[in-house]
Amino acid sequence: MRDFYGTELSNGLMLGTAQYPSPAVLADAFKRSGASVATVSLRRESGQDRAGQDFWQLIRDLGVHVLPNTAGCHSVKEAVSTAHMAREVFATKWIKLEVIGEEDTLQPDVFGLVEAARILTEDGFQVFPYTTEDLVVADKLLQAGCEVLMPWGAPIGSGLGLNNIFGLRAMRAHFPDVPLVIDAGLGLPSQAAAAMELGFDAILLNTAVAKAGDPALMAQAFATAISAGQMAHAADPMEPRDMAAPSTPVIGKAFLE
Amino acid sequence: MKLQLNGAPIEVQVTTLADLLDAEGFGGAKVATAVNGAFVPATARAGQQLSDGDSVEVLAPMQGG
Repeated sequence: MRDFYGTELSNGLMLGTAQYPSPAVLADAFKRSGASVATVSLRRESGQDRAGQDFWQLIRDLGVHVLPNTAGCHSVKEAVSTAHMAREVFATKWIKLEVIGEEDTLQPDVFGLVEAARILTEDGFQVFPYTTEDLVVADKLLQAGCEVLMPWGAPIGSGLGLNNIFGLRAMRAHFPDVPLVIDAGLGLPSQAAAAMELGFDAILLNTAVAKAGDPALMAQAFATAISAGQMAHAADPMEPRDMAAPSTPVIGKAFLE
Repeated sequence: MKLQLNGAPIEVQVTTLADLLDAEGFGGAKVATAVNGAFVPATARAGQQLSDGDSVEVLAPMQGG
């Protein structure tokens, strides 16, 4: 597996921490799947409840890499400030950079994304940009200093899967040495396996696991599918063909007419 | 002094951001802070003077995707 800013991950599953029925179910999903990265956010804390403190202890106990996000940020300034706050709280240079440009699809504002990525990489951050499969934008992100790209599969939380197989395949072919993560939009493990078969390096998802009837079982299913897809890609799949080709030898067949 | 703390109006008698955090129950908590939209590192809180009308954000780790 390719490394992510010098860090090798134990598997290709990056798992979100939102929307689970309970903290115990969240922890079980990580335990059952062996997910190597947990995505987290920063939100307003109450001086009375201090809910964030308990959550932080839960995440620390998981023993996984922490990837803070800038979810919900709509401007470069907002995203950059949030990244700085996250770096201090989570003590990591990693930042999942989201600059949202449109509410219905939560599509990234790729212009703001490139600008924020440049500012943050110059300030020492290791940026994981949530982007589209656009090759020109991807190239601009690399020029801005990103060493990982995270194209969407489909809109966040939609569960639609890989909406643009052609675009994703082109991205993999165009940037053969860049770690690529499918971030968002998956609903089923088969879609994760398909992405890994295309040669992607990891899958980042949340809703498909957290909103399943049994989140821990679904997390395990995704981890298994990711592993299967990764092995299939490494095994160099056969080329598809239009016409049938018998697999059983024709030579030696008995004449029984 | 009247301030906005995480979007809610409050009235407190403090002079610095560090004082505000202690007064509002954040002592020892894992939080990040901003004043008027600008990040204030933990090491700068004691020297960060607050003024009437300032807007303070106190953020903590939370669930995210």
